[in-house]
Amino acid sequence: MIGGMSRIVRTMTTLIFGFILVYGFYVIAHGHISPGGGFQGGAIVASAFALLLVTYGTDQIQSYLSKDLLSILESTGLVLFITFAFLGLGATFFYNFVSNSGGLFGSPTTIGVNPGDLNTGGTIALMNMAVGLEVLAALGVIVLTMSVAAETIQKKEKQ
Amino acid sequence: MNSILLHAPALIIALPLLAAFITPILGRFNRKTISWLATCVLGLTLLLTIFVARQVLTHGPIVYVFGATETGLTLPFGYTMPIRIIFQIDAMGIFMGLITSLVAFLAAIYSISYMEQHTGLDKYYTLLLLLATSMFGMELTGDIFNFFVFFEIASISSVALIAFRSTISGEPAEAGLKYMVVSSISALMVLFAIGLFYGQYDALNMATIASVMQFTQLDKIALILLVTVLAMKAGSVPMHMWTPDAYSEAPAAITMILVAASQASLYALFRIVFSIYNVTLNTITVGWILIILGVLSMFIGVTMAIIQKDIKRLMAYHSISQTGYMLLGVGVGLAVLTNPVALESFGIKAMEGGIFHIINNALYKGLLFLTAGAIFLRTDTRDLNKMGGLAHNMTYTTIFYIIGAAAIAGIPPFNGFASKLIIYESVYRFNPLLAIIAMLVSVLTLASFVKVFHSAFLGPRLEQYKSVQEVPKSMIIAMAVLSCLIVFFGLFPNLIVKYIVHPAVMALINQAHYTATILGGI
Amino acid sequence: MIGNFPFIAVIILIGLGVYSLLFKKNLIKIAIGLTLIESGVNLFLIALGFRKGAVAPIYTQAPEGVKMVLPTPQALCLTSIVIGVATTALILSIVMVIYQKYGTINTDEIRRLRG
Repeated sequence: MIGGMSRIVRTMTTLIFGFILVYGFYVIAHGHISPGGGFQGGAIVASAFALLLVTYGTDQIQSYLSKDLLSILESTGLVLFITFAFLGLGATFFYNFVSNSGGLFGSPTTIGVNPGDLNTGGTIALMNMAVGLEVLAALGVIVLTMSVAAETIQKKEKQ
Repeated sequence: MNSILLHAPALIIALPLLAAFITPILGRFNRKTISWLATCVLGLTLLLTIFVARQVLTHGPIVYVFGATETGLTLPFGYTMPIRIIFQIDAMGIFMGLITSLVAFLAAIYSISYMEQHTGLDKYYTLLLLLATSMFGMELTGDIFNFFVFFEIASISSVALIAFRSTISGEPAEAGLKYMVVSSISALMVLFAIGLFYGQYDALNMATIASVMQFTQLDKIALILLVTVLAMKAGSVPMHMWTPDAYSEAPAAITMILVAASQASLYALFRIVFSIYNVTLNTITVGWILIILGVLSMFIGVTMAIIQKDIKRLMAYHSISQTGYMLLGVGVGLAVLTNPVALESFGIKAMEGGIFHIINNALYKGLLFLTAGAIFLRTDTRDLNKMGGLAHNMTYTTIFYIIGAAAIAGIPPFNGFASKLIIYESVYRFNPLLAIIAMLVSVLTLASFVKVFHSAFLGPRLEQYKSVQEVPKSMIIAMAVLSCLIVFFGLFPNLIVKYIVHPAVMALINQAHYTATILGGI
Repeated sequence: MIGNFPFIAVIILIGLGVYSLLFKKNLIKIAIGLTLIESGVNLFLIALGFRKGAVAPIYTQAPEGVKMVLPTPQALCLTSIVIGVATTALILSIVMVIYQKYGTINTDEIRRLRG
């Protein structure tokens, strides 16, 4: 929308924007022990960006949420993902070289019903984060580009 | 070095993917490096593919298991069913892989100078590398859901590339929209068929499904869906409406890759019909369905092509017609699959003709589309009525066009003659009428290309094209490599058939070998 | 009979999607038709994995001793949803470009490529 929405909507958005971001990152990080993962969490964070764009209008948000920054984040996420796949080449491509090895995300997984340990998963958890970064940036770019294009068309039609 | 070559099947997919992901970052710093990066990576992939092809053709099929503790471990300890994504590279898969790597490499070389004036080049090369990766994935995989994922990646990348020029006019966007709708429906119906397979047999690996296939009613529905939508993506009549629009509005190098992508869908059709179903289905019925699709494509493709005024649209209709030849050859082979006498005498020969025609079509159709792109670069038009007298200035392009047109018409020292002769001889012994239709279509093909030659190249030098020069060197190199391969394949067809095509045909027919490679026994 | 209800819903969804794809003239309605077909196929995949009296296939804090539904179709459906998002974004971007060039999104008026 050109100019943004009313005061009530703006106030509520500033209150809950942070919570949506935290919830999205929670879903990304816990992808290997509960429903969720890279794409789902990334989509939640991107919907937070869409909320900002609708509430405040594109002109005000573009200085914070520029296409360049999101593009760099997206490429970083993609390169990180393919690097984790290459690092397993000691055995095969995409080999899970971190699981059962100790260290970050390296505890052995308990088979069967368990209370859920965040430290397990190996490259699955790391790739979840790379994919989450990529998806939030990519969907953010899509939402931003469509919003900018829609406002340009609206301005042209008003003239 | 040895370990790199052990992982060569994964690197064929991984290297273009890595390059595709690095290209946007690299494009920020320097615009020129991205075209060289794409070319080098695709050249490296071509070398890897040739190496894997030599290994497959001498030692037998290769299996690569993603994420296992060693590359050949299809059945880990205690399992009777393969559990990971497995790439199964046999002679037919690596045959298609060779075509894809060659076509992608030459497209990248051609694009160095063809797309030089465009903005947004980092997106172009990212999409081109993703398209190449997805085509390799479609051809090398042994897992049917993995095939679906690569199928979708290919359709998304090719739609974005077809609509690449939509900043200039609206028609590429319209062509891209039509292709996206067709691709989406195809992919969703493929997923529906995958669901039908998974619901019955609890397996996603193609060899596992093949080993437990009983031809139930649901399998019949899956077969109908798969044959229809994969023939739709390959561009056969009556589902060919997207082909002229998509092929004519894409940039010329992308059209060459799109031809190879359509052939990858055709390969998937053959793989599903021969390796998953094999003799459980009624081969005479399905064979005749493929033959009828082939004859319709040949005839309607060439008759619609004669009346066209746009040079790339004409060539696109010819692509539909050449797809008909491949369907005819393989359809005849399928129809006699259960009849060992007929299979030995002409069935295998017909399939050899059809599959040899796949690589020939990629070569000469690619060359023709590249020459059309060269004409478009210099004269800024695709309308045959506006062109004329280009042979005076663009001598190299004219020679390459003559080679391409002679090859597609089936004139002796070029490769079209070799594969068409094999198809004529073997199809004549199956049913004489089909061979006569095929020969008639060949005559009409020659007629339409003579028409294009006359309109575009012959005649007096026109006023507005007086200062037209020859195209830049990288485009000439790409076209020259294709011409040399066409002449080589035409002079020594028996070598190509004996060493590359015949193993591919035997890999398709022999389902037991395909299953045993993964489930143990070989 | 009542157990077949998801599959009847799949057929209805795909049928409505194909109807909308074939007979509507507005480009956005065509894009919606594609989304309907995709939703139908996703529902089909999920409904394949259902087993009677089973719970969600998550090991974290799961109830003891009950069997679980098949998890593989859920992974397939997730991949399909991701691909569907990319496809829908691409189709809508192309529709926006067409609207910028031609000023209308009625298929009868934007059709230039014929023959």
